[in-house]
Amino acid sequence: MWGLKMELYNGSLDVEQIFSKWLHEEAASNYGAYIPFVGTIRAEDGIEALSFDIYEPVLEAWFNSWVEKAEKLGAKVKMAHAIGDVPVHTSSYISAVFSPKRRVALELIDEFVEDFKANAPIWKYDVKDGKRIYAEDRSTPMRGSGLLA
Amino acid sequence: MVIVEFLGPIGEESLELEAKTLHDVAEQLQKIDTISAWLSKCAVAVNDQMTSDLSMELKSGDRVSILPPVCGG
Repeated sequence: MWGLKMELYNGSLDVEQIFSKWLHEEAASNYGAYIPFVGTIRAEDGIEALSFDIYEPVLEAWFNSWVEKAEKLGAKVKMAHAIGDVPVHTSSYISAVFSPKRRVALELIDEFVEDFKANAPIWKYDVKDGKRIYAEDRSTPMRGSGLLA
Repeated sequence: MVIVEFLGPIGEESLELEAKTLHDVAEQLQKIDTISAWLSKCAVAVNDQMTSDLSMELKSGDRVSILPPVCGG
């Protein structure tokens, strides 16, 4: 588990710096495949930015479960996410999989990103005229929701 | 007393409740109008561990977190 911390940044991610850092971290790890996924804020519906709240303890547990899952396949996952406001045309989220061969990495990046969207404790808000509006219609109840209803 | 905290967009102050199980917490939250509407779509963590067990026993000082629908990335 050493060195496998998720990375949280205030504001937009520096994509080139993070790509480069991860590449260097694994330069001698003998992985044949490195597949990053970059999420970029699109300009739509008049938004200026998106904004994010994160509940770090549960996100860390979620991420660590993926680190373990990847390890069993001989692979490694990495993730970076923004906290707070992220202007349009900049990045809020990067994840990546390293693996010895391409097939594991291609399949794992799909599952990792989809599970992230459904179960990572992160809340998204549209920023319009300086106001934060919860993106409720694009949000997904986490696994096990409705327990207290 | 257990502490109940409402994460993300729910926008409610934390509460302290007398509760022996999560079921007790549910009964009390269902009576609060501004919170009850959220419950059907919220997940629950106790001391930062996600749980799906309504009969889970609680002790004084436990922290119950209410997690509304998510959208990272």
